[in-house]
Amino acid sequence: MPQSADKVLDHSKLFHEPEYKDMLANKKATYECGHTAETIHQIGDWTKSWEYREKNLAREAVTINPAKACQPVGAVFAAQGYEGTLPFVHGSQGCVAYYRSHLSRHFKEPSAAVSSSMTEDAAVFGGLTNMVEGLANSYALYKPKMIAVSTTCMAEVIGDDLNSFIIQAKEKGSVPEDFPVPFAHTPAFVGSHVDGYDNAQKGFLDLFWAGAERKAGESINIIPGFDGYAVANNREIKRMLDMMGVGFTILGDVSEVYDTPSDGTYRMYAGGTTLEDAKASINAKATISMQEWCSPKTMEVVEKVGQETAVFNYPMGVSATDSFLMKVSELTGKAIPDALKLERGRLVDAMADSQAYLHGKTFAIFGDPDFVLGMAKFVMEMGGEPSHCLATNGSKKWAKQMQAVLDASPFGAKAQVWAGKDLWHMRSLLATEPTDFLIGSSYGKYLERDTGIPLIRLTFPIFDRHHHHRFPTWGYQGGLTVLVKILDAIFLKADQDAGTLGETDMSFDLTR
Amino acid sequence: MAKDHVSGPEELESLIQEVLEAYPAKAQKKRAKHLSVTTATDEDPDPVTGIASKCDSTKSNIKSVPGVMTIRGCAYAGSKGVVWGPIKDMVHISHGPVGCGHYSWSQRRNLYTGTTGVDSFVTMQFTTDFQEKDIVFGGDKKLEKTIDEINELFPLANGVTVQSECPIGLIGDDIEAVAKKKNKDIGKTIVPVRCEGFRGVSQSLGHHIANDAIRDWVIEAPESEAKKSYEPGPYDVNIIGDYNIGGDAWASRMLLEEMGLNVIGCWSGDATLAEMERAPKAQLNLIHCYRSMNYICRYMEEKYNIGWMEYNFFGPTQIAASLRAIAAKFDESIQEKAEAVIAKYQPLVDSVLAKYKPRLEGKSVMLYVGGLRPRHVVTAYDDLGMVIAGTGYEFAHNDDYKRTGHYVKEGTLIYDDVTGYELEKFIEKIRPDLVGSGIKEKYPVQKMGIPFRQMHSWDYSGPYHGYDGFAIFARDMDMAINNPVWGLFDAPWETPAVAAE
Repeated sequence: MPQSADKVLDHSKLFHEPEYKDMLANKKATYECGHTAETIHQIGDWTKSWEYREKNLAREAVTINPAKACQPVGAVFAAQGYEGTLPFVHGSQGCVAYYRSHLSRHFKEPSAAVSSSMTEDAAVFGGLTNMVEGLANSYALYKPKMIAVSTTCMAEVIGDDLNSFIIQAKEKGSVPEDFPVPFAHTPAFVGSHVDGYDNAQKGFLDLFWAGAERKAGESINIIPGFDGYAVANNREIKRMLDMMGVGFTILGDVSEVYDTPSDGTYRMYAGGTTLEDAKASINAKATISMQEWCSPKTMEVVEKVGQETAVFNYPMGVSATDSFLMKVSELTGKAIPDALKLERGRLVDAMADSQAYLHGKTFAIFGDPDFVLGMAKFVMEMGGEPSHCLATNGSKKWAKQMQAVLDASPFGAKAQVWAGKDLWHMRSLLATEPTDFLIGSSYGKYLERDTGIPLIRLTFPIFDRHHHHRFPTWGYQGGLTVLVKILDAIFLKADQDAGTLGETDMSFDLTR
Repeated sequence: MAKDHVSGPEELESLIQEVLEAYPAKAQKKRAKHLSVTTATDEDPDPVTGIASKCDSTKSNIKSVPGVMTIRGCAYAGSKGVVWGPIKDMVHISHGPVGCGHYSWSQRRNLYTGTTGVDSFVTMQFTTDFQEKDIVFGGDKKLEKTIDEINELFPLANGVTVQSECPIGLIGDDIEAVAKKKNKDIGKTIVPVRCEGFRGVSQSLGHHIANDAIRDWVIEAPESEAKKSYEPGPYDVNIIGDYNIGGDAWASRMLLEEMGLNVIGCWSGDATLAEMERAPKAQLNLIHCYRSMNYICRYMEEKYNIGWMEYNFFGPTQIAASLRAIAAKFDESIQEKAEAVIAKYQPLVDSVLAKYKPRLEGKSVMLYVGGLRPRHVVTAYDDLGMVIAGTGYEFAHNDDYKRTGHYVKEGTLIYDDVTGYELEKFIEKIRPDLVGSGIKEKYPVQKMGIPFRQMHSWDYSGPYHGYDGFAIFARDMDMAINNPVWGLFDAPWETPAVAAE
């Protein structure tokens, strides 16, 4: 009997015990009617062939293991970055359960959002009643300062009109007339979560800036974009801007709500951009988007009111941070302080110390369009070589932009750009053209298992490692986090490759 | 640590009133019907638990109130996520936009053996990834092509299911016609499932729809080779309603096989299509999750005259009672072996109780789970000397609440389709020693300083079924409650707040 109270075995060990192995072998042989081991092996090999790759890349209909989510989760995330704001998703309720679970699994934190719980009758008659009752209930129970409405695909397919519904709900007294209810249509069948983020942010600006006359000031706005590292990255941005003495407003700052303390109190709302600051942000001199592909529509609004704009692509590493800081300096006239130059020097110092291990290493990278751009740039800056750059939610335009970034460095010469492809495509790419490492989210662990290429988790979602998002990836400090994570993977691999006693351990070096 | 706990029926009743006061009138009236405290009953106590309380006055299985933060999911989650998803040798297409399949990708921990991507597909996400043009022009052609591509790229997949997302039913696609056509074309089982998320009021209708789809497109399909070639035996049984979360179904199969039964099919954890097809050849259906799969048991009883019985493999008391009840359906040789199994594991049970019961005895627990566990796991806590202060279901029906009266004592708080607000207030006032619920509830509860275990996913642990599972269950509850972190919440330089409220 494998189990004992002294040493309790859970699933990770229990099913490797002989009793269970025998039982499962018998189940397979007697009841499963599966394919023979030989066939499985043969087909398994075939799935890693060039022939399979061609068939796989020729797919037109099915999407397999896509690295993208749908719009409303981006809208919910954006809303959570505003003070006292309750995301309210109009449509089927299961969706909201999914968004909340998804975000909680990554951040290991509560994620509050409500649904208007539309069912079959609403599919027939429309969801107005759900909106009217839902807003009233949310307002009474959760006492928000703002309710941010977005939609599931159900509400979009039946054509519910949020603007008119919200006006009617206010007329019926669901919430006070002057209570802010920004909204965004976020159809799941258009774009991905990054577009939902954009639509929601545009909705906030439309509401906050509507009718206001802009008095151009000196401060700047920052739009972080959909970012699994937002907790630490937003704080890093704030720290750097404070060091520069720049006045700023982060539009949609989740760094508090997704990092509340354990002290006996559950805070459903914490921190976030104050509604006052959001309103005043129209007066900023400029707005900087940290993620271009998370903000095209939002930045149009910014441009329209006459602010200067700058967009980045998830700036990571030395040059990208340089560009960001220099842009801030240019826009505000504030100098970059020596303290930041010192941090820069430390990051460069670390990279120089480790360059021998980085130079020429190849990396496949997947994630959101901005992340892949930013990551590839940093990889090349370290002397690494991107091999496959894949964004399931990347467009043709993104692919061109990505290619240009790669073309700008000799380290990008070997790279291939894959827009709109999924992680099953990536499996074929890695099986036929392997790389040293893979950079992406936790979903990459299946690729690691199937191809033996080590995964470095550096983007949302990270479900199977804890607290990575508590450390920044932006700024020179963030550059260090990223550098160390990559180096840890490189050194672990070196140890594993040299780890067999008496066989491969001639290179099992103590000092590297 | 002195705490002002709310306890006792009167206090709980007034707690319910207090919580309801926060709602606008209409919602208050609706929610009032879902909250109650169990009362005394004249019914005979349950022979195993010795308990009888009245718990059937709670309204259930009705629409959630908009805007209140229901914890429920949808019919798609009930079909794809629960019933169909674990069937490992079929490809399950999330038909519609990308999100539903994405959020449910690899999240239910339905363990399985097999080579993923070659002959098994549970932890993969297949979707038709609907775009605007698919909404406008319909998705049937794309679905056809999707099935063709799957057939080409995954030749060892033994079938395909189409798990409908919301838009499918709204745009008038005919997925049944596509299924029939593709079944003819490629000769594999193709199952269309109408589990659009807006149908019904929770996951529950999705379970029902998924059961019906198994009936219509698997059981009543022309006999497969796998079914024809199977020679039934006198001890053949099916496990129904065990999704092998953290390996539950394996820990259960172990016991059933040790007592001489042959588990010819497991629905649906670690299952193959063949196991579903052969099910009607069994002598008896053993159902664990009554809520999600009673439908197919009733159907098999009616159509094939196969008996079915509920059992409970949480905690040694119920396990032993269930093993004996199952054995009673067979001959003496099985009954003897069942006794031998119980005897074999008794030393393990004794040592687990000796180790953990002193650390857990008297601790109070609040549960909020799906459709079975809010009552079924209660006895596992009982075995450890723990006390249930409150329990509730996301998607139970009246028959579940009736059964709950056999598990929880008079004076237990019951909450149906609880809202985030209610649950938080209940927990805050009752201050149990442990809460068992889902990922969305985990972090708010822990912030309040109350230990928590996820009781859908076993918090990435498990199995919890069977004797092997009980040891893990006890260990996990002990870990959760007795970890030193709960003592670190207050900064030592601050005067502790007075506990009275």
